[in-house]
Amino acid sequence: MRRVYPNKDVCIGCHICEVACLTAHSASNDVVIAAKEEVATGLQPCKAVYDKGQLSVALSCRHCDNPSCVSACISGALYKDQETGRTCYNEEQCVGCWSCLMACPYGAVRRNVTKGKIIKCDLCEGREMPACVQACPNNALVYESR
Amino acid sequence: MSYVIIGNGVASVGAIEGIRKVDTTTPILVVSEEDTPTYGRPLISYFLAGKIGLDRVSLRPDEFYEKNNVEVKLDTRVAAVDTAAKTITTEAGEVIEYKELLLATGGVPFMPPIKGIDGSGVFNFTTLNHAHMLLDLSKRIHRVVVVGGGLIGLKAAEALRYNGLSTAIVELGSRVLSAAFDDVAGNLVAQQLEDKGITICCGTTVEEILRTEQGEVIGVRLANGQKLACEAVVVAIGVVPSLDLAKDAGIAVNRGIKVDDNMSTSVEGVYAAGDVAEAPDMIAKEGRVTPIWPNAFSQGYHAGLNMASEEASPHPGGLPMNAISFYGLPTASLGHVNPSEDENCEVFTFTDEENGVYRKLVFRDEKLIGYVLVGEVDFAGLYTGFIRFGLDITPDVKEELIAGKPSALLWPEEEFDTKWTPAAE
Repeated sequence: MRRVYPNKDVCIGCHICEVACLTAHSASNDVVIAAKEEVATGLQPCKAVYDKGQLSVALSCRHCDNPSCVSACISGALYKDQETGRTCYNEEQCVGCWSCLMACPYGAVRRNVTKGKIIKCDLCEGREMPACVQACPNNALVYESR
Repeated sequence: MSYVIIGNGVASVGAIEGIRKVDTTTPILVVSEEDTPTYGRPLISYFLAGKIGLDRVSLRPDEFYEKNNVEVKLDTRVAAVDTAAKTITTEAGEVIEYKELLLATGGVPFMPPIKGIDGSGVFNFTTLNHAHMLLDLSKRIHRVVVVGGGLIGLKAAEALRYNGLSTAIVELGSRVLSAAFDDVAGNLVAQQLEDKGITICCGTTVEEILRTEQGEVIGVRLANGQKLACEAVVVAIGVVPSLDLAKDAGIAVNRGIKVDDNMSTSVEGVYAAGDVAEAPDMIAKEGRVTPIWPNAFSQGYHAGLNMASEEASPHPGGLPMNAISFYGLPTASLGHVNPSEDENCEVFTFTDEENGVYRKLVFRDEKLIGYVLVGEVDFAGLYTGFIRFGLDITPDVKEELIAGKPSALLWPEEEFDTKWTPAAE
C-alpha cells in the first residue's frame, strides 16, 4: 500500500501541508473559510510539523501493519481495512477515551478537544493524492509504496 | 478442523484478526459464556452513565464474524479441555475437536470474604449484564457504596453518580488508583470526583455489609467504625484470572496461565492471551498478568498469528498502560510509574495545581520507562515512543522531555530513519 513518507532533510517547516490538510478536511473546501471559521468550531489538521533548530518535519499516521492504536481502541472506532491496509477511523464510534493517543508510539493521534474525539490521517479518503503531499513545495512529503 | 477460541473479549477479537492475517480459510469457532457478540468492555461505564446507547457498544461491525468465517457459540460454557485428544467439551456435553486452541477466558471479579457479602444487593462491574443490572437498580435506589478505588471502581462510581445516586468509594490503600498512579495524580482525580459529590474513604475497608432481617442491604460498616447507609454495594477490587480450565487440563499456571513470547502455553497447540495470561513484561522482563485492554488485544493478535503460521511472531512484551478520563479530566499512565528507592530510577515531576495539570517521568539507565500525565495528555504518544522503542536519551533530550516538549525529532537519527522512513515496509 502507499503511505506518506516525510523527508526531514528537505522540509522547510512552512506548515503548508497542515493548511492543505485542514482545507481537504473542511466542510467549505475553502482555505480561508477553513482556517478562519471552521478552525474556530473545531476543525484541526491531521498532521503536525515538528521543529528542532534548523530541522523540521511533518508527521502523521503511518498506517502501521499492526497498529498500537487499534489494539488500544475500546470502542471499535479504529480498525484495519484488510483490503486497503489502511488504519481507518469511524468518528461516530469514538468515545474520546484517548487510549489510542497514549498507545501510538509515533504520537500520530491527536485530540480534538472541541468534539471530544480524536483526529488522525485518513490518507485523504477519496482523493488520488493526499492533500499534504500535493501541496508540499519541496517534495518533503512523498506518497509511495515501500 | 477449526481453530477454537474460548472467550469472546478483546483478546479473542485480536486472535481472529491475527489468524485471518495468515490463514483466510480454516474455520474459527468462538465459544463464549456471555450471551452477546463482542463489545467494548470498558464502554460499560459509558453505557451506564448514559453517554452511549447499546447501538454503540459493539467492538466490531455486525458482519465481523460472518465475514471472517467465524462460528460463535454464545451462552456456552466449556467444561473441560483434553489436550491429548485435542478436544474441548461443553457443559452441555458437546465434544469439539480443535486444530489449535486459544484460552482467552479473562478474569472474574475477586470477591473478598466480607461478612454479609452473600445475598442480593451486591454487584460487580465487569460485564454488559452487570451494567444492565446497575442501570435498572439505579432507578430504584438512592445510595450505593463502591468497594475498591481502582479504575473499575472509579468508573463505576462516576457512572452511578451520573444516574443521580449518592455514591461513596471505599479504598483500602492510602489513595485511589494506587496501581497506575502516584499520590499527586491520585489526589487530583480524587478531588475531581469529590467536586462532583462522590464521597471517598481511603485507608479503610468494608468489614460488614449490613442487612435487614429480610436480607436487604441497608449499609456497610467500615474497619474505622464508620457506617455508610446504602441500598447496594458494588465490589470492584480487581479480577482474578479464570484458571480452572487450564489447571484441570494440566497446563502450567502460576498467577495466570504461563505463556512464552509467542503466547504459547506449556502444552503444544494451546495458547493463552488477555487477562488470563501471565506473559513476559516489556520492562520487568519477567512473567506478569497485566489485565489491561491493549495488551489483551495485542496478545490475542500475536497468539492468532502464531496459531496460524509456522513462523514465530513474538509479542513485544506486556506494557501496562491506562488512559482514562474522570468527568472530563483526562489522564494517562504508562510503564513503570511507582519505582521504589532501590531501583535507581530518576523521577521528574511537574505540577500546575491551578490548571489541574501534572506530569511525572521515570527514567532508568538513560531510558524513559514510565510516565503519568493528568490534565494535558496530548503528547502521551510521543513519550510512549521513547518507552516502547527503548530509545537512548541524551542529557539535552532528557531536558526537553522533562520540559514537556517531546518530539520525534529528539529520537536518535537512525531510529527516526528506520521507523518513520524505512526503505521497505
